[in-house]
Amino acid sequence: MTFQYFVPHPYSKAFLELMTRWDRIIAGFAVFIGVYSLFHLHWTRIRRKAAGWGYSIFVFLGAFITIAFGLYNGGEAFWHDKKEGTMFDWLFLYIQVPAGATIFSILAFFMASAAYRTFRARTVESTVLLLAAIIVMLGRVPVGALISQYIPLAADWIMGVPNMAAKRGILLGVSLGAIATSIKIILGVERQYLGGGD
Amino acid sequence: MINMKNKSIDFWILTGTLSLFALVNLLFFLLGRLSFSWEGIGTMIAAGLTLAIYSFLYKDNPTFKVVENLYVGVALGYTVIITWFNALKPDLYDPLLVPLFTGKHAQYLLLVPMFLGIFMLLRFTRRLVWLSRLTFAFVIGLGAGVTIPNYIHTFILKQLEPSMRPVFYGGETLLPSINTLLILLGVISVLIYFFFSVEHKGPVGWLSRIGIWFLMISFGASFGYTVMGRMSLLIGRVIFLMRDWLGVIQ
Amino acid sequence: MQRLLNIDRRIIFAAVGLAVIASLIIKFSLPVPASPPVQRIYDKIESLPVGAHLLISFDYDPSSKEELQPMALALLHHSFRKGLKVIGMTHNPSGTGLAEQAMNSVASLYQKKYKEDYVFLGYKPGGASLIMNMGEDIHTAFLKDFYGNDTTMLPALEGVESLKDIDYLIDLAAGVTIETWIAFGKEKYQFEMGAGCTAVIGPDMYPYLDSRQINGLMAGLKGAAEYETLAECKAQAFKGMLPQSVTHCLVVLFVLFGNVVFFISGGFRSKRRQSR
Repeated sequence: MTFQYFVPHPYSKAFLELMTRWDRIIAGFAVFIGVYSLFHLHWTRIRRKAAGWGYSIFVFLGAFITIAFGLYNGGEAFWHDKKEGTMFDWLFLYIQVPAGATIFSILAFFMASAAYRTFRARTVESTVLLLAAIIVMLGRVPVGALISQYIPLAADWIMGVPNMAAKRGILLGVSLGAIATSIKIILGVERQYLGGGD
Repeated sequence: MINMKNKSIDFWILTGTLSLFALVNLLFFLLGRLSFSWEGIGTMIAAGLTLAIYSFLYKDNPTFKVVENLYVGVALGYTVIITWFNALKPDLYDPLLVPLFTGKHAQYLLLVPMFLGIFMLLRFTRRLVWLSRLTFAFVIGLGAGVTIPNYIHTFILKQLEPSMRPVFYGGETLLPSINTLLILLGVISVLIYFFFSVEHKGPVGWLSRIGIWFLMISFGASFGYTVMGRMSLLIGRVIFLMRDWLGVIQ
Repeated sequence: MQRLLNIDRRIIFAAVGLAVIASLIIKFSLPVPASPPVQRIYDKIESLPVGAHLLISFDYDPSSKEELQPMALALLHHSFRKGLKVIGMTHNPSGTGLAEQAMNSVASLYQKKYKEDYVFLGYKPGGASLIMNMGEDIHTAFLKDFYGNDTTMLPALEGVESLKDIDYLIDLAAGVTIETWIAFGKEKYQFEMGAGCTAVIGPDMYPYLDSRQINGLMAGLKGAAEYETLAECKAQAFKGMLPQSVTHCLVVLFVLFGNVVFFISGGFRSKRRQSR
């Protein structure tokens, strides 16, 4: 596939199209690996009666109801095209959406608490971090400009110069790592993905 | 004794909250704020789930855990069904399996990814696990092959290009030139900080120390943005409760 | 003093909650001027002719809905008003419901018809492979749309054979999809691209903004509020800017107060002694 990149011939492009099409079809099966792992985890909890095992029943309950309504497909069965406005969509809109959105919003409270309790200017480096955080927090909301016109400008500078430079440094490092790993995979040096280690 | 008292308080808090929630919703249904429809019931349930999750802020409790696990289950079920309707059905079932069993022209080439996909699932068996290695070899090999040229072009060359901008184009103010130099210094010093093959002493040590400063500023910026993101999520949920459920704001 | 540092964290939680509720009740709004990266996305859409193809990749799920859904709605308002053909898709299975809801709700406001003025291709797994498949042939990547229609028969996709035929692409991301779109889409098939993302990943996007690999960026609810202001469809994100400002000030005060108390109570000295 690396060589394909440098060969813009129609056959080469058709080959890429076919391979990527196969790959994304296989990726559809990969979803079931994740599903199996999660079910297995919760089933083990129930079987072993681990602490809080009763809650795992709700994972199965939620999944069973959703899959059942999904397969029922508003009376048209799953081998037909997906129907709109079914109970399956309702479960998404009124259970998954509010629960998913709220679970992650809880972190807002914990971040505020952490800011008060643990965010300390103990060293020069942590003071730099703290100052950058304060300027960005104030400069990225409308109230920052009301306090001083320089706060949004300072925030812009932090984001566009030192932050950008550091993030680019990290990006270059990570990308070089990914390329090196890819070369190791192609040369057969790295084989852990096949399972069982080297 | 104190523990018993706390449990009793928690019981009354739970009962009181549930009663209040039921009463408020009953009132909303009677007054017509919430309609007797799947939408109205849905809004009530969504509000209930939102409040149940926030109850965790008081302390960890069964209501939160039930909702948390129910969410995982529904999300899992949703993923399975959407993967069927959006991926497996149009890509395999309709062009391969339906024509195969109805005697029409099928796309037989699709048998390859279908079997590779099934082989992948054999990872959980003992005797046929070796077949899954064929799939992983295909997927990881393809990934590695496309990563090398695309990453070099996108994340190395295209990212190095603006880092090596000329300091003076002519006619510009001093500040952009200083910024260009600072960016170059930042990129190099951060790279050196992560370069462990050389001992961080002398000039390398100095540069890596500058790298730490750049990293600290960028972590500060990330912290600020993370606070921003989490607060936005909270604001969105409070808007839902106050506007869509309680109707106290527009 | 030490007691002040060890107050029940539920007091802090209550302060945050009350700050949000109170600032939502107060009828007061702050000006939200557009930053250059957001302005560039707006200008690009403004410059597209009627009937141009805009692809929006709704790569998020309910956990980041409160930040990215307002962004999607504002973009759709602007695009439908401009008469663009909008093509929706997602790399995230849980993004389908949100994308469908956003597209249908805004389209109905502008009397836009499905199939003719906009299409929703739905979800496909594969990430980079899906993007390259679309880059070679969009119709083999998506044989059918979200509702099971043959994609070769959709009028809104007329003239679109691959990603090269897309006039502008915007990725609304909560994960690493912006990078994937850039590496395997934008750079390989040469189309202009903008991005919207959650605030958490916002700082990581600045290298791409600087290298012009994305022409613009909307980060977090603030980015969405700026776009709402530009597109003259002020809604949830704009409304959220007062509580956003108040809570940020509150967190800054918490940090400052926590540090002042820490220093006065001698925590700084004792820590230094320990480190010696």
